[in-house]
Order: sequence, then structure tokens, then C-alpha cells
Amino acid sequence: MRFADRLKAFLGKATIEQEAYFEELCDLLVEGDLGAALASKVTDELKTACTRRGIPGSEPIKLELKRILLAYCREAIIEPQKGSFNVFLLLGVNGVGKTTSCAKLARHYLDKGLAHDVVLAAGDTFRAAAIEQLKIHGERLGLRVVAQKQGSDPGAVLYDAIESAQAQGADLVIADTAGRMHTRQDLVRELAKIDKIVATKAAGASYRRLLVLDATTGQNALRQAEAFGEAVHLDGVILTKMDSSAKGGIVIALAKELGLPIAFVGTGESYTDIKPYKAEAFLDEFLGIA
Amino acid sequence: MLEKISQKFGDIVRTIGGKATISEKNVEDAVEQIKLTLLEADVNLRVVRRFVNATLEEAKGEKVLRSVNPGQMFIKIVYDRMVGLLGEGRQDLVLKGPDTTSVILLLGLQGSGKTTTAAKLAFHLKGKGRRVLIAACDLVRPAAVEQLAVLGAQVGVDVYKEEGASDPVKVAAAALAKAKHELYDVLIVDTTGRLQIDESMMDELVRVRAAVKPDESLLVADAMTGQAAADIAKTFDEKVGISGVILSKFDSDARGGAALSLRSVTGKPVKFVGVSEKPEGLEPFYPDRMASRILGMGDVVSLVEKAQEVYNQEEALDLEKKMANESFSLEDYLDQISKVKKVGSVKGMLDMIPGLAGQVSEEQLDAEGMKYEEAILRSMTKKERQNHLIIGQTRRTRIAKGSGTSVAQVNRLLKKFEKTRLMMKKMVKNKGAMAKMMQGQQQGGR
Repeated sequence: MRFADRLKAFLGKATIEQEAYFEELCDLLVEGDLGAALASKVTDELKTACTRRGIPGSEPIKLELKRILLAYCREAIIEPQKGSFNVFLLLGVNGVGKTTSCAKLARHYLDKGLAHDVVLAAGDTFRAAAIEQLKIHGERLGLRVVAQKQGSDPGAVLYDAIESAQAQGADLVIADTAGRMHTRQDLVRELAKIDKIVATKAAGASYRRLLVLDATTGQNALRQAEAFGEAVHLDGVILTKMDSSAKGGIVIALAKELGLPIAFVGTGESYTDIKPYKAEAFLDEFLGIA
Repeated sequence: MLEKISQKFGDIVRTIGGKATISEKNVEDAVEQIKLTLLEADVNLRVVRRFVNATLEEAKGEKVLRSVNPGQMFIKIVYDRMVGLLGEGRQDLVLKGPDTTSVILLLGLQGSGKTTTAAKLAFHLKGKGRRVLIAACDLVRPAAVEQLAVLGAQVGVDVYKEEGASDPVKVAAAALAKAKHELYDVLIVDTTGRLQIDESMMDELVRVRAAVKPDESLLVADAMTGQAAADIAKTFDEKVGISGVILSKFDSDARGGAALSLRSVTGKPVKFVGVSEKPEGLEPFYPDRMASRILGMGDVVSLVEKAQEVYNQEEALDLEKKMANESFSLEDYLDQISKVKKVGSVKGMLDMIPGLAGQVSEEQLDAEGMKYEEAILRSMTKKERQNHLIIGQTRRTRIAKGSGTSVAQVNRLLKKFEKTRLMMKKMVKNKGAMAKMMQGQQQGGR
């Protein structure tokens, strides 16, 4: 059974106000990757609300739980600014879906008319065939991809991409970067350097850095966000692979612990499978509220 | 956050450890703390509960409550149980002899690291004298085939691919035919990443499996996976069947509770862990080290290994010689400082020592002091570092200015250095005397 279904089935139960009920709820929240500490905090808040105000029935208690969780959630609206040049940099650990997200994001902004000309920058010069992968996406979407050969300096690639995008009058550059472990100091420093190059080159542009995070990630996500956040200023999170049995409760912990807002949620494998993160909709799904 | 947990955990242990006898209440408190620790390490909740309940039974027994050091005893029970749960010792691949073709099927979610692992595994087996062929059966992700071709060339292993192919079952079968025909003794099949709830994709995997009849079906799982790890492994095992797990991205700072979940839910062993992006970044899995890591107890073995990476035998001997004949100079001292830095932060080192994990905070350490010392040393000329006796008052003033410190700090460093030298001399002398004694004994014995 999917997590949301399990939670839904649980919240549909008639008997509440018992210690066991809250314990089970707390366990379910832990299983949603909310983290043990936050799960018990939320449960306590709910318990207090229930005893003080006497919330009857499963429907109101569900809404109360949503209200409590909503207070911790944070949304970020990441959109290209009209009439100005925009650079969006995607970063994260290996295998979270940065390259795919670059393509999805481009498609999303074009479809919504938020950008008219997007250039993809192949900043992952490390992983074998990462450049080809982005090029294939570019071909399919009809977008220009600025790339150099594998092993070249990613900072230089992004510098070129910005320069050529500006020259051709494009309004948005979406830059891919190599996946890197947040524990590898040298690679995190490289990221900071790339960031500096982009910030200098695109001075005056609207520049956003997005952390790409796999929805199946557990408590380690906090570590990732912390380490990357120290190296570069993070504007928001793209949560990928949300269509698995993953619950993505970690983003609530992220918002609470680090104040990091979520910008997008990626689901399936097609280009249109990305949508802006809306805390209410996210919680409705998380809690199985129809 | 991790520090806080192990600090708290340590507190509980100390409270228990400090008492001659511990009550059942004490044990329950400690168990609660362990439960939290395991959850923070992303061990699946249901696994945690089963584990904790079993531990509680044993820990409440007479043996623990009456033992000399109940706290230590208790930790040992937890640790031993976890090691037991993670598997008995090292589990290697089970492959057929080199006279026939063995097949390894790699499967997992998107982005778990299957393609990278395929290359690493091929490199590992090649090193063992195997003749390996990799089949590129990820036909979904753009450029996945190219990626495998590049990686194959890097590690010097052949890759079987079909241009424009769309059916992975056919590619896998053709790769197996080629492997058999051309006498490859291992075929590694890389597959598309898929969600365990995607029925049609899972069916496809079952068909690939039927076509190649693998000796090993390995689930490649991300070490940073949260609570979902158990469900993922369970579904893959039920629908396709797995014989083991490779835990990828283990070089992150994830405590890797997923390993415990995977193991106890499927009963299948973790066979390797993936570290770094290099071909050789595939290491055997050690249950005992994993248990330490999940519990945040520190890992002495890793510490020793890390130190060995930085200090080689020759350098150590060289240093000993210098210590003996008093030619240990400030130059060597500076070298030592940079070595310590290479091992990692001092705090990182201390965290690997059991019982210290999470107990020493950065501020308590003299990491700052080491920075100043390095600055002072680097502000000296080479000549000064080789012979500290020439450093007089004027030189001291200059060094202080150059390093942004005070003359007093420079003086302190020089004094400390003299002391160290003296101590080293004594140490080596003692060691020499002891070695001589031992030698004498041995000769006498003959």
C-alpha cells in the first residue's frame, strides 16, 4: 500500500483520543521521512489541539494535522523575470535528476510563456555522456545547448553559455552541473567557484540556484542542503522522483530546520512531469486528503 | 544534528555506566535513545521496532543488570545484534567457474548508480582475472548507452550495444549469446532505472531476467535513501528476485541506515559499497563497520586506514631516524601539521574514535592554534625552518609581522618545538633500548 493510502486509511479510523492513536500517527509521520524529532513535535501539537479544543471525528483531525504541517512548509516561486536576463543553476548530489530537471524546467517555462528563448548549458563536464544526454534533451525540445568537451572547465562552459545566450537575445540560461557529494570539499569548492563565475558574468541578471533533491532521500537531505548552502546561496529545492512510493516528507523538515523553500516537484519521465510546489496540494497528497 | 544525537546517546550511556546496578527504567530510556538514533540514521521504522524489542528482552536479563559495567555491556549487546543482523562477515559474489559464463543483473531505481556500478564491478572482476562483457540494456535514459561505452573503454572492458535498439530483452539475450560464443566468463547486464511501483517496467525486468538467467541479481541502492528503502527492496525482491545489494554513494555522510533496512527486510546480504566516482571505487562491505557507523560509535578501522593512506612506511621510518639523531627540524614539524590536515579535520578524526564521537565540539579543539602555528612556520625562511637556532630577536619580530601574530606566539611555538624534540629523543631512545632488549632475548633463546 502506498504511504498516502496507509495514512488515509489510518486517518479514516473512528477511534481517536487514545494514546495509541497518536503513537501510531507519529510512526506514520516518521515513515514519511519527516524525521523522528519533527514527527513527535507535530504529534504533540496535534494532541494538544485535540484535548484543548476537542476535535471530533477523523475529518477535522485530518484538517488540523494539515494546518499544523502547513505552518512548517515553505514555498518558493522561481520564475524568470520578464524583461531581464535570467540564469538558473541546478546542483545536487549524484543521480538525483539534475539533467532531466534542466530539460523539464525549460519546457515548463516555455509552455507557460514565462520564457521565450531558453539556452541549456552543459555544465556537467565530468560524468561520461552527460553532455550527450543534455544534447539529446535539447534536440527533442528544440533548444540550443552550449557545451564543450568532457573534462573541460565547467565555469568556462557556463561563461560561454551566458555570453552566447546574451548575444542571441535569449532570456533564460538553465545550467546543469556535475553531481557531487556534499562531503567532497574540493568539489563543493569547485561549485562555489562556478557560482562566482556565473554571478560575475551575469551581474545584473536574475540568478537563481536550485538544489535538486531525490524524494526518496532520508535525513541526509538536511546535510546536503546545509553543505551546499554554505558554499552557495540556495534559492529553492527541486524535489524529483515524487511518483515512487517516496513520501518526500523530508521537505517539511528542510523548510523547518533550514528555512529552505521548495520550488518544484518532478514526477514522471516525460518533459511535462514537473509542477511548481504548492504546500497545500503537497500536504493533501501527503495526508491523502482528496 | 548527528553530533547532538550521539552526544545524547553518550550521556545516557554514561548515566547508566556510572551506576553499579541499572534499573529496567534506565534500560528503557537508553533503548528509547537508541530508537531515535536509528531513526535519524534512516533505518526503517518497522525494522527499528523489531530490533529494539528484541534488544530490550536481552538487555533486561540478569546478565546485563548485574554485570560489572552494565552500560558498556548494553552497548555491546546492541552492537553485536546489529552486526548479526547486517550479516555474518563479508559476502562475496557467487559466480560460476571461469569455464562458463556467469551473469550479473543490475537493477534499481533511477539515479541509484547502476551504470557507474556496472563499470566498477567490471573493473573489479577484471582485476580478479575475469573476462567481462557489459550489456547496455538501459535504452530509456538519453545517452545511457554512450555513458556505458565511455566507462567501458575507461576500465578496458568490452560493452555490448545495439544501435537504435528498443527492446532490452532482445539486447540482453543477444549479449548473452555473444558472451557465450566469444568465451567471456562474466556478463554484467545494466538496466534502466525504474520505480518499483511501475508494473509494466517491472514486467520488462522479469523478462530480461528470464532471458539471461542471472547468477546474481543485485539491487543497486542509494545509501542516502530514507524510510522508503525497505519498500523498494521488498518490491524488487518479490517481483524480480534479488540475490544481494550494492549500496552506492557510500562516501556521503549518510549513516546508511538503509543497509539495515534492506538487509532485514529482504534477508539478502549487502555485497559491496560504492565510493567515489572512480572505477576502483567499489569496496567490500563489512557489517561491523556499518554497525558502528549507524550507531555513530566511531570507526577505528577506518581511522587507521585513513592514517595509513597519508603516512607511508618509508616516511614513518625516515621520521623516526630524524627523531633519533635530532635532525627533526621545523620543516618536518610543518610537514606533520599538513599531514594531520590531510587525514581530515581534527574533529573528523576524533569522531572516528569510539566514545568520543559527538563529544568534542570544534571549539574545544585547538584547530585555531594549529592554523596560527602553520602561519608562523610558513612565514619563516627555509633556512630558518631547517635550523631553528638561528632565529634571533630580529627574525622573531619579522616572523610575527609576516604571520600576523605576536612575538610571544612565535616564542611559544619555538619553546613547544624544543620540548617536542626533547620528548621525541627520549621516546626513540626508549624504543631503541627496548628493541635491543628484545633482540638480546631472542638471541639468548636460541
